[in-house]
Amino acid sequence: MSDVILQLKDVDKSYYIDKMPVPVLKKVNFKVMNGEYVAIMGPSGSGKSTMMNIVGCLDKQTAGEFIFDGVDIAKCHDKQLSIIRNAKIGFVFQNFNLLPRQSALENVELPLLYAGVRKSERRRRAKEALARVGLEDRMYHKPTQLSGGQKQRVAIARAIVNKPRLLLADEPTGALDTKSGEQVMDLFGELNSEGVTVVMITHAMEIAERAKRMVFIRDGELFDDDRQFHHEPHISSPVIDLSKEGTDDEISEQREETAAE
Amino acid sequence: MLENVRLSFQGIFSHKIRSFLTMLGIIIGIAAIIAIVSTIKGTNEQIKNNLIGSGNNTVKIRLCQGEDEVNFAWQSVPDGVPVITDEEKKLISELEGVEKCTVYRQHNYVDNIYYGGTALESATIYGIDDTFLATDGYQVCRGKGFSPKDYEGFSKVCLIDQTVVSAIFGSDDPIGKTLDIESEPFTVIGVVAQTTEFEPVINSVDDYWMYNQMDGSKIFLPSEIWPVIYKYDEPQNVIAKAVNTDSMTTVGKSTADLLNEYLTTGENSKFAYKSENLLEQAQKMQDLSSSTNSMLIWIASISLLVGGIGVMNIMLVSVTERTREIGLKKALGARKGRIALQFLTEASVLTSIGGLIGVICGIGLAQVVSKMAEVPVAISTPAIVVSVVFSMAVGIVFGLIPSVKAARLNPIDALRYE
Repeated sequence: MSDVILQLKDVDKSYYIDKMPVPVLKKVNFKVMNGEYVAIMGPSGSGKSTMMNIVGCLDKQTAGEFIFDGVDIAKCHDKQLSIIRNAKIGFVFQNFNLLPRQSALENVELPLLYAGVRKSERRRRAKEALARVGLEDRMYHKPTQLSGGQKQRVAIARAIVNKPRLLLADEPTGALDTKSGEQVMDLFGELNSEGVTVVMITHAMEIAERAKRMVFIRDGELFDDDRQFHHEPHISSPVIDLSKEGTDDEISEQREETAAE
Repeated sequence: MLENVRLSFQGIFSHKIRSFLTMLGIIIGIAAIIAIVSTIKGTNEQIKNNLIGSGNNTVKIRLCQGEDEVNFAWQSVPDGVPVITDEEKKLISELEGVEKCTVYRQHNYVDNIYYGGTALESATIYGIDDTFLATDGYQVCRGKGFSPKDYEGFSKVCLIDQTVVSAIFGSDDPIGKTLDIESEPFTVIGVVAQTTEFEPVINSVDDYWMYNQMDGSKIFLPSEIWPVIYKYDEPQNVIAKAVNTDSMTTVGKSTADLLNEYLTTGENSKFAYKSENLLEQAQKMQDLSSSTNSMLIWIASISLLVGGIGVMNIMLVSVTERTREIGLKKALGARKGRIALQFLTEASVLTSIGGLIGVICGIGLAQVVSKMAEVPVAISTPAIVVSVVFSMAVGIVFGLIPSVKAARLNPIDALRYE
């Protein structure tokens, strides 16, 4: 299958601090095909979390177009976005974000609950997902009784329980030791080989190298070409310069746009 | 929904002290209201029992002129008021809710009664048939009652009550003694007393006068002898015994309506049979006591308001605390409504538990009040139901702002929140 699962066209994103726009993403063009395994790399502050929020339909771009699975996200209501997130995207976070008072099983059931799946069916599918990540013997444990690696596997089970089209991971190994990180990465590899599209955000090279494709983001600009990325001279020490001349032009452009509206 | 309730219980029990302190306002408010309502209800039932007497359920239907009872001790007999026949009596006893009825004549404030040289002041004289004593709840406790012979033979005999005994006979045995009533000699053959021991609880001077009046000296004569000392065509009054206390009002009204159909006093006359409505009188007195007490309920409601604000405060803190959880749930596809419902459920579960505890405390408090202040209490089931439902509503109302706040959280801000 080679259909496009998501596409960003000239996407801009600015945050407003004291009514002053701070551009975070600049004319980003990005396309992911079905079944791909992409790593978005970039240092902190480069805009990769913003990128993830937009790709995950948690946030909307300031300008440009974002098509997810054939849907123009900018035109969606809150409710429609909820449905898309629930049915088509599986999230994996750096700090797991499990509900502390619920068992692993209940945590995994959560997306199914929001999808309106019946209780018995929820149970069955959640158990299946937990078995898939190798935690069938930890189903009734609370997150506090699990190790970091196990927690992240519960989170992955939660992400895949709805059989989403896209698995979106934000620094999934960031809070794990090397061995647990390896296990989690193996799991992502397996899931991808089973046909799940994976988009992963990371700043660690050895993690990103596991992906089939790497893109690099720096100062809000995306380089959708790993060769170009390899030629970049300052990967490890990027200079974040917010007072660039081009920025001011963009600000005034945006102001004109706002005034025109 | 059940899932939400379960989660709410989980949340509440994981912060036991905080939850309890949050509920405290509701608990105190509901407990105060339950205690007050129980006291009001207790007092009301006391008033009702005082006035009506428990278990007697009799209604007097009397001929009135305008608003006042006609007293034939002083007034002449009006035209067009026929003597009640046995047939009418039968019709009355067949009315709905009537157990039995009796017809009698009555003169109030009669002074012309002497025993030797001792005068009996302001007595009430009744001319009664053979069913009166049983219907109105009297029994002969000394001597004997009227025999059929007493009725047929126009015997000059009378029955008296304990008040007459203590007023003029003192320590003498009244049986066989002669009373001069309207200058005619009557032999006392028995002493009667009310069957249901009626002991009104006197709370005020008003109460005292009300029961004192009811408790005045009573002398009973056979109905046949009545015309000897008074007039033969004097209209009678009726006592109807209702099957239960609540049907007293309707029984009184239907009996009066029936009797009024036989009146031929003309359109403009003010004569009419009216039922003495003790239930209504009781209600008037109850309204009076309720209106003072309802002020207290309002004051207690303020405590509920404060409790509600406390709940809102804690729920707002809870929303802030659980920003990440909310963000995560939104990321996983939970819609606004679901997030709002979760917090609303939590708030109302919290206040409902508070309400239940408050009801229990309120019942306890009412018992303590009744012991200490010696006022009767009656626990009112509707008040309990209303209290719990109301406390639930308090949760919904005051949980609304925090829930909306939670639902409106932006998922990315919520996820980023540390």
